[in-house]
Amino acid sequence: MDSVACAQVFTQTRQTLSRRLLGSTLAEALTTPHGVDRYVELVRPAFSLREVRAEVVAVRRPTARSVTLALRPNDNWQGFRAGQFVRLGIEIDGVRHTRTYSPASSAHVDDLLELTAHAQPDGAVSPFLRASARPGMVVSLSQAEGDFALPDEREILAAGGELLLISGGSGITPVMSMLRTLCHEGHRGPIAFLHYARDEHDVAYARQLEELAAGHANVRLLRGFSRRPDAGELHGRFGRKHVRAAGVDPTQALAFACGPTALVEAVRTTWAEDELDARLFVEQFAPPAPARVETDGVVAGSVRFARSGREAPSTGAPLLDQAEAAGLTPQSGCRMGICHTCTCRKLEGAVRDVRTGEISTAPDELIQICVNAPVGDVTLDI
Amino acid sequence: MSTTSPPQLTAEQLDALGRELDAIRERVTADLGERDAAYIRRMIKAQRGLEIGGRGLLELGFLPPAWLAGTAALSLSKILDNMEIGHNVMHGQYDWMNDRAVNGHAFEWDSACPSEQWRHSHNYMHHTHTNILGKDRDIGYGVLRMSEDQKWHPYYLGNPAYAVLLALLFQWGVALHDLEVEQLNTGKAKWSDKGEMLQAIWKKGRRQALKDYALFPLLAGPGAPFTFTGNMTANAVRNVWAFMIIFCGHFPEGTHEFTEEETEGESRGQWYVRQLLGSANLTGGKLFHIMSGNLSHQIEHHLFPDLPAHRYAELAVEVREICERYGLPYNAGPLHKQFGSVVKKIARLALPDRGGDEGPAVEPTPLPRRAKRPAREAVAA
Repeated sequence: MDSVACAQVFTQTRQTLSRRLLGSTLAEALTTPHGVDRYVELVRPAFSLREVRAEVVAVRRPTARSVTLALRPNDNWQGFRAGQFVRLGIEIDGVRHTRTYSPASSAHVDDLLELTAHAQPDGAVSPFLRASARPGMVVSLSQAEGDFALPDEREILAAGGELLLISGGSGITPVMSMLRTLCHEGHRGPIAFLHYARDEHDVAYARQLEELAAGHANVRLLRGFSRRPDAGELHGRFGRKHVRAAGVDPTQALAFACGPTALVEAVRTTWAEDELDARLFVEQFAPPAPARVETDGVVAGSVRFARSGREAPSTGAPLLDQAEAAGLTPQSGCRMGICHTCTCRKLEGAVRDVRTGEISTAPDELIQICVNAPVGDVTLDI
Repeated sequence: MSTTSPPQLTAEQLDALGRELDAIRERVTADLGERDAAYIRRMIKAQRGLEIGGRGLLELGFLPPAWLAGTAALSLSKILDNMEIGHNVMHGQYDWMNDRAVNGHAFEWDSACPSEQWRHSHNYMHHTHTNILGKDRDIGYGVLRMSEDQKWHPYYLGNPAYAVLLALLFQWGVALHDLEVEQLNTGKAKWSDKGEMLQAIWKKGRRQALKDYALFPLLAGPGAPFTFTGNMTANAVRNVWAFMIIFCGHFPEGTHEFTEEETEGESRGQWYVRQLLGSANLTGGKLFHIMSGNLSHQIEHHLFPDLPAHRYAELAVEVREICERYGLPYNAGPLHKQFGSVVKKIARLALPDRGGDEGPAVEPTPLPRRAKRPAREAVAA
């Protein structure tokens, strides 16, 4: 064993040992009530015994709108299947925001994770990342989630061995991960990659796609550009002729499509007409619909209580009253916004603070349900 | 010194006052951000640093300078943890950050009292019903006589002695506070109703005691007794300090108490006035405010309990100006003066009321609530 390998083994052993020590019952008892994480994170922000956190190790800005982050997750990261997404938590001006992103890297690279964010003009997180992400930043992550995922090689072969990957705009990331994963695995069957974008400068993985296509005889890359119809291999909107151009037999292939609603719907309709629904997997990358915000009057909608699985049409009253009317007994106290006993997590939807009239639309935030009324559909974690 | 009745504001004035204070609240809420996040994290860092340093030094507690420095650092750590961090974070002052480490519902403090019970007895009961006799159980903590309106009983001859005990064991007093033991005496509740709460107190108290009185001393080997006494002293210092600051919040001469009848159906403006009249501030330097968890700005804290406390000093300027304009008293003084008046009150109320010479410190209310209640219930029965 050479000295480098020796040093590596030594470092690993030391890491495992310190993790064992920090994770011990004794360490927990000595650091009660705050716990080990709350001490170690002050010097090593990416450390945690249980939570997944990651350090940004590289930042690229491949197009005018996008930013690609290379993340090194901590030991709690369990990996992902190509196509799945993670919830990324990042702090902006003191407030932690959570957004979902699909890793674009190969699922077989487990110590590095690549995410690409496309700046939405009215978004809070993606423009921040585009402008301010830098190496050394620490973000929080969830474990990977989602059913839109590449099956293993055996299943792909059983289905016919061919693959059709279709993406539009920022929907490129999960299918990019699938393509990279397949190339990594040495998949031999034909793979066609159809990508739709505004123009050739607006493709976050333009160069990587070309390199993969050039380096793998079984990978065929076709691009369509809405603002530069002559620049790509595909012309116009998605249709049967694009599938034919891809040279893949849809009855032998598994198809994965991710992108804006119009594209995904067009793909879905085509596969449905041919009764091939079982071979198609889709994910829509639609930005959240803006809440219908009105300053007075009740905005129609329903209140969903995610944890208890209940749902009721909104009466416009504060959410605490509506939860109680639905037969739930959430914790509560002053009922006037002072004591924070009723604070709970709003998963999605817009709410109005009945004291100030201020409306908040952020997903995944803490609200006081005694003084917040729904504006349209709202989902609470109770 | 002695209190005159506060000016009677008209309904319009009360509404205007309420709007002015609401506007301050809204303005600060809209401005919350990086500055506040950085502040609370700096406090947490300082506390963890003092704790690690203090506990480290106390492992060498057989050396007198290490014992002294270690005990001092650990005392400061516990004070910061409980007051500027724990108390304020558990009020939800930093909930907007959406960070579990400073989330009001997730935070646990270095105290025997389970945070869940504290949030009920303090955030809800005390802050909603501030200084309402019979509803705000912080008046005397169910042990002391802190108001003329609490009927005298020979038991209260021990008022000063109970106060000393409560001060020394304050974290345990706070831990038992939400049990509402007095309900057991009056038959309003049974011990069996309190099982879950007792279990939580036992669990939390045991963990706290294990850490301070067994594990860290044992790690010091033969130096165990020194670590043990250092930890015990740090807990006691924190207890006495917290007791002093907290008792200066609502009990110095000049603070008002209220009856349930008076406060029934009160408006937003009236709620603010009650918080103003029922609270008292402590004057001092920046470090003093931090070590008091900014409870030295008790008035601002009671007006805006869920705004980050480090902002109270700035808000105090505006609140004071508003009080002057509406002719409302703004009770503030240095610690020795305010605590001195609390001590006097504890001693005075140990004895039955002498009637007259000094006069009750509270606003005279025509009907003592306690005398009235049973009569009413008798009629109902």
